[in-house]
Amino acid sequence: MNKLIFEKSKEGQLGVDFDNEAQYDYFLPKNLERIEKTTLPEVSELEVMRHFTELSGKNFCIEKGFYPLGSCTMKYNPKVNELVANLEGFTNINPNMPDNCTQGALELMYKLQESLCKITGMDAMTLQPAAGAHGEFCGMLIVKKYFEQLGQKRKKVIVPDSAHGTNPATARMCGFEIVEIKSNEKGQVSIEALKEVLNEDVAAIMMTNPNTLGLFEENILEISDLVHQNGSLLYYDGANLNAIMGITSPAKMGFDIVHLNLHKTFSTPHGGGGPGSGPVGVVAKLKDFLPVPIIDFDGEKYFRNYNIPNSIGKLKAFYGNFGVLVRAYTYILMMGNSLKKVSQDAVMSANYLKEKLKNTYHLHYDITCMHEFVLSSKNQSESGVHTINIAKRMMDYGIHPPTVYFPLIASEAIMIEPTESESKDVLDNFVEIMEKIAQEAKENPQLVLNAPHSTPVLKIDETYAARNPDLRYTK
Amino acid sequence: MIVPEGILCTKSHEYVIHEGDICTIGITDYAVEQLGDIVFVELPEVGTSFEKGEPFGAIESVKAASEVYMPMTGEIVEINEPLLLKPEIINNDTYSEGWLIKVKASSLDKDLADALEYEDYKSEVE
Amino acid sequence: MYNFSAFTNAERENILKEIGVDSFEELFSHIPAKARFEIDLPDGISEMEAQRELKTLASKNNISLANFIGGGSYNHFIPAAIGTISSRFEFITAYTPYQPEISQGTLQMIYEFQSMICSLTGMDVANASVYDGATACAEAVLMAARAKRKNKILLSEGINPEYKSVIETYCYGVDVQIDYLPLIDFKTQLEGISSDYACVLLAMPNYYGTIEDIEKCGELAKQAGAMFIVCADLLSLSKIKPPSEFGADIVVGDFQVLGIPMAYGGPYGGYMATKTAHMRQMPGRIVGASIDKEGKRAFTLTMQAREQHIKRERATSNICTNQGLMTLCATVYMSLMGQNGMSKAFLMSIQNAKKLASKLCQIEGFELCNSEFMFEFVMKTPTNSAVFLEKMQEKGILAGIKVDEDKILVCTTEMNSEAEIESYIKTAGEIACE
Repeated sequence: MNKLIFEKSKEGQLGVDFDNEAQYDYFLPKNLERIEKTTLPEVSELEVMRHFTELSGKNFCIEKGFYPLGSCTMKYNPKVNELVANLEGFTNINPNMPDNCTQGALELMYKLQESLCKITGMDAMTLQPAAGAHGEFCGMLIVKKYFEQLGQKRKKVIVPDSAHGTNPATARMCGFEIVEIKSNEKGQVSIEALKEVLNEDVAAIMMTNPNTLGLFEENILEISDLVHQNGSLLYYDGANLNAIMGITSPAKMGFDIVHLNLHKTFSTPHGGGGPGSGPVGVVAKLKDFLPVPIIDFDGEKYFRNYNIPNSIGKLKAFYGNFGVLVRAYTYILMMGNSLKKVSQDAVMSANYLKEKLKNTYHLHYDITCMHEFVLSSKNQSESGVHTINIAKRMMDYGIHPPTVYFPLIASEAIMIEPTESESKDVLDNFVEIMEKIAQEAKENPQLVLNAPHSTPVLKIDETYAARNPDLRYTK
Repeated sequence: MIVPEGILCTKSHEYVIHEGDICTIGITDYAVEQLGDIVFVELPEVGTSFEKGEPFGAIESVKAASEVYMPMTGEIVEINEPLLLKPEIINNDTYSEGWLIKVKASSLDKDLADALEYEDYKSEVE
Repeated sequence: MYNFSAFTNAERENILKEIGVDSFEELFSHIPAKARFEIDLPDGISEMEAQRELKTLASKNNISLANFIGGGSYNHFIPAAIGTISSRFEFITAYTPYQPEISQGTLQMIYEFQSMICSLTGMDVANASVYDGATACAEAVLMAARAKRKNKILLSEGINPEYKSVIETYCYGVDVQIDYLPLIDFKTQLEGISSDYACVLLAMPNYYGTIEDIEKCGELAKQAGAMFIVCADLLSLSKIKPPSEFGADIVVGDFQVLGIPMAYGGPYGGYMATKTAHMRQMPGRIVGASIDKEGKRAFTLTMQAREQHIKRERATSNICTNQGLMTLCATVYMSLMGQNGMSKAFLMSIQNAKKLASKLCQIEGFELCNSEFMFEFVMKTPTNSAVFLEKMQEKGILAGIKVDEDKILVCTTEMNSEAEIESYIKTAGEIACE
């Protein structure tokens, strides 16, 4: 049975130590002295190395195999990114240092701001938000402040029923009420439904394009016209940017505020749940609302500009997840205008898989998709097999399951996004495995229903975990 | 699953069993099926009053969370405390031991005018 | 140059044919013509050139100066093994652990992290991280406002100014009002803690290095029925009583001090820990222990019903991606250092601060402004503080952060050598004489 690090602890064992005990006097007030010992482990450096090496072996990762996770853009993370992000010149600088000590960092951030503006068509960019949801929060606060400055009381935000959960959660954090509109039979925002809810109480609409079904919102120009005529703003959730670089841009589509996910589109690694980065771009009329500071250039020197008249304030301490910015900057430098080829390949691969799988699996929308598409387990359900079972069975074949049960409007959803990184061999192998599982669902359903069989642990009792919370080690 | 005679169901999936003006309220077996294994229940304090349609508590499963709404205006006179430690009772005995609250209603007939009988409710949701 | 291309052009041609289109243009024909756009960037460059470019940029940052700057980002000792483990791609390129069967590495690591944070803070449950200490504070005050159903909070002026801005921004979002507890001699005045407030937030030590009266604050908060939130330095908790012993309801802060480089402000990591009673109000991912089908211990994300992907607009927060890899750095750090190593690093930091402060006071014109401090202190300078800092920098020393016209905030850690401290004293003395 695997052990926790605490279970390997031996009193008196040391990992890293410092010099003489003798020279430390006690400098703190007596009433603050800690009496109870912590449960922090006492282990040697070798034991620490073995412990975490063992843990690493239980993880799936991009280097192990394919991650067709819709909406996550699990593309290859170039190793040069790690090399440069770990350069001493980038890791050893304190954010409170004067600008004359950090010209390299400031230049990198300034140039990244510019590049992201060029890719999205926006006029100004902040690199401060630490993740996509954080970027959404930034964007919606800008919406809030914008209307306050105009003296308009607009309390409502429109969100399509296909939206990612962070969208309505974010709108609430800014005090807005959500108005959900139903998608039409093509899986897209319905102009009629939109017209019905547009009024002077609507501050903004939050959308992503392509949407969470992987479909391009064909009416986007009409939508943005209608929303602007209503005096409202359009917010772009940039999670799906990998589909449209060099093809279209949020600016061209009529969006006023954009957030990006550097850990999706721009190859910075997912890290088992972060760190990410969620820069926010805005059109010119909104740049005075951006968080402070913006990185600026006076012709000679780069500097942190805190002079932003109507700034919403700060979203996190300091300037952003700088280490992540370094990685994204490097990627953009190496790709340049080939980012268009990235989107082309991403869309091509998704359509390829869609065509290959649509005869075996039920396809929610049989039209040209962008970089991702949604299947369902309808055709396999006769034997009681559902999406969750297919997902778990995929692990036995060395593939990470796609995104499942999202978006909520597609029943038993299986959302597949291959990205541009995977070769034809990988794609063909994936099709083969999916077809095999479909066959198993028909001929040997128990194999699928009881999956996974070959992973480091088998099916976990999540109900037990929730009813009997065991959230930390106690001696 | 034995469904008691004469129960009424709301569009937001609560059930009502009433004796005089005291109502026993829970969530329907359809709602339970949608939620899956219940892991946590949030109940109001005895003595608080709510309007019809106001959320009075919440039910959580592993994969979903749902608010529960008052089928009628009234005062909470009793809550089903065992649920706080053993939420699975709702899965096992939805209509007998799995009730959530008992309410003293103020305008029962008016409030329940749009509630459905069990069979009608079932055909609507399926 | 198209780096990382997965297809040959011949393959592309064949695939497009299989899809049923003649060209990429046809594949995108449903995009409205008016919305079409070309990216105005130069061609991509090779990895060799990219390395050269980035190394040039890195070299434009000055890392040769002796560092006495803190202010929310600290130059603590980072053992080598942390970098070795955190550069394993099994941790780096892994996705969020939503599929627990193939994410046990990440999940067990987070469970261990949560355990260590709870042990240090005395709390019952910790989350898997939020973006940083500032957002942890902001989320904590909003948590208190929700739990107490009050929209007024009390904040010590001793909190890091960056954190203060962030809390103000988050409170602006939901119209929560902030009142402030003033400072005298850089220590928080604990007056006016009434039942109007959902919570009181105190930093320990505060931004200026001062040791606050945490015991009294805890008592007053309790009397007022307000939640007591402590923003605590984690290294200090290896040596001092956990905030739980002073009645804290929520403990938050930044774990950059646990093996994470300063890296110009990020990525860092915010920790949040609370009592069981408030568990469901706390945002962020939480890992729990369970068993698998064969009875083997296994870890999984749990209590997900609080999070955005289920509750959507009724979620406790909108947080999705957090600071995953940094949590690994912190967990490895705490495992390597243990309580023993951490308290030594902490005491060395204080010892250096005491030494530097007392020697500086012996130079005319310098005056210590806060008497009870840990590893940071405020010093009055003989001349204008900005001028003093500039002159020190010219001589190779980053002497502190400007607090106002004649005061600076000085920080020492275990990394400041005796030679560096001697040099600081000598140089400061020379400048004072000019």
